[in-house]
Amino acid sequence: MSSHTKFITLVAVALAVSFLTLSTQALSSESHKAEKPKTSEIPKNYDTPKYFVPPPPFSEGIFPCSDCHEDMDVNPERRELEDEHVEISEMFNHASDQRWCLDCHNPDDRDVLRLANGDLVSFEESYNLCGQCHGTIFRDWKAGIHGKRTGEWNGRKQYRLCVHCHNPHSPKFKAIKPLPPPNNPLEIKYKKLSDEEIPRNPLGNIQ
Amino acid sequence: MKKKTSSKSQPKPITRRNFLKGTAAGAATLAIPVGTSDASIWQSFFQKHFQEMSKAEMAEVIKRMEKEYAKKYKTSFNIKTTGALPDTLFGYGLDLSRCIGCRRCVYACVRENNQSRDPQIHYISVLEFEKGHKWVSDLEEADKYYNPEEVPEDGHFYMPVQCQQCENPPCVKVCPTKATWKEPDGIVVIDYNWCIGCRFCMAACPYGARRFNWGEPQIPKEELNPKTHYLGNRPRYKGVVEKCTFCIQRVRDNPGKYPACVEICPVGARKFGNLLDPKSEIRYLIENKRVFRLKEDLNTSPKFYYFFAT
Repeated sequence: MSSHTKFITLVAVALAVSFLTLSTQALSSESHKAEKPKTSEIPKNYDTPKYFVPPPPFSEGIFPCSDCHEDMDVNPERRELEDEHVEISEMFNHASDQRWCLDCHNPDDRDVLRLANGDLVSFEESYNLCGQCHGTIFRDWKAGIHGKRTGEWNGRKQYRLCVHCHNPHSPKFKAIKPLPPPNNPLEIKYKKLSDEEIPRNPLGNIQ
Repeated sequence: MKKKTSSKSQPKPITRRNFLKGTAAGAATLAIPVGTSDASIWQSFFQKHFQEMSKAEMAEVIKRMEKEYAKKYKTSFNIKTTGALPDTLFGYGLDLSRCIGCRRCVYACVRENNQSRDPQIHYISVLEFEKGHKWVSDLEEADKYYNPEEVPEDGHFYMPVQCQQCENPPCVKVCPTKATWKEPDGIVVIDYNWCIGCRFCMAACPYGARRFNWGEPQIPKEELNPKTHYLGNRPRYKGVVEKCTFCIQRVRDNPGKYPACVEICPVGARKFGNLLDPKSEIRYLIENKRVFRLKEDLNTSPKFYYFFAT
């Protein structure tokens, strides 16, 4: 074989190989797209660092939502919910005139939430959803000013999700029973008491 | 007659002055019940001021005290003497736009700090005000004894008051025994073993933050907090003054925990941090929110900042 033909063969082989590689890549990305993104794989492209938050306060046995919703048709109609989520339908007063389920819940995969721009966020990072409207509160929350913090003042701080204190469907903080008022100073009368007679702390085990 | 010039060979004659001196010392010795107790009464009687103790003396005192408490309360106590962290000045923030007056803080403080249950001692007073009525200019008009079914009550708002940890504390100035002083991290503390119970500090405090043990403190055994600090929540004695110390036994560790009232607050109205750290929560709220300090005109310079987040 002449050197000329050798060169042509080489080029042809190289072309064939590169074509093959490209097409397999295209194929594999196609098949990846078709798969539903898992909650854990949702890209985290928000400027919020990882906050230490306890798991979301789901009602018993309600998650994952896809257990029921996977096989159901999506009905975007505003309506009284009758069979399921009746209590949510009843309490719902979170700007309810402007809002309905699928403004926050993702219709295609109920196990995640959906932002106004179409991005998906997990229930563990639902603060990104609330922060869309409540921007000033979100800013204060990130700085540690809004909401309860526990842990170490100069170390690891435990944050809470918005939904730990505010029911997302009825967000106003609910009134609670106050603990007893202090004794009036006029009532101070010292008497030696046995251990059983000493008044217990009315706080009990509240943490 | 010739006056005696040398008395070396003869015993010193008992003068009236020497006689009285001797009698007083003898009486003092007799007053201490030697037969019924060990050396700890002597040691506690001659215990030095906390700030003047050497490390060894402090360890000795703590050992003795832990023994005394164990005997008295029938449970073992741990008494820390942790000093102030470097570059730390503690500050506190309280969001009046969030507080709902539920008094969780009052009783979390009692649980953490071993306050007497009877006679009752609370470090925090939650004041209730009617909206639109006289407020910070007239704290006397506030209701401390409100007790509705649920809080917040319509048309009312709440303001908890506790020790404001003043930078210029009037209570410290009036103490005749220097039993109360301001620590390098800004916490105003009391040495309960040096307090003589004169209550000058209570009269001097413009915030009514100090409390007096009118009787022997009584705490149920199962509710005792055995993790204590010498300057903080160790059990107190009858006849001494006590008050909030920002939970000195929690906050002085590194990393240190939040005070108990911060951790219990269900609405997250209470904030705590280092005023010298520009990235701290307390600095953020002072720089970004509407803030005021109670009775600022008295020049006490509290490190307790009331603020409005909304």
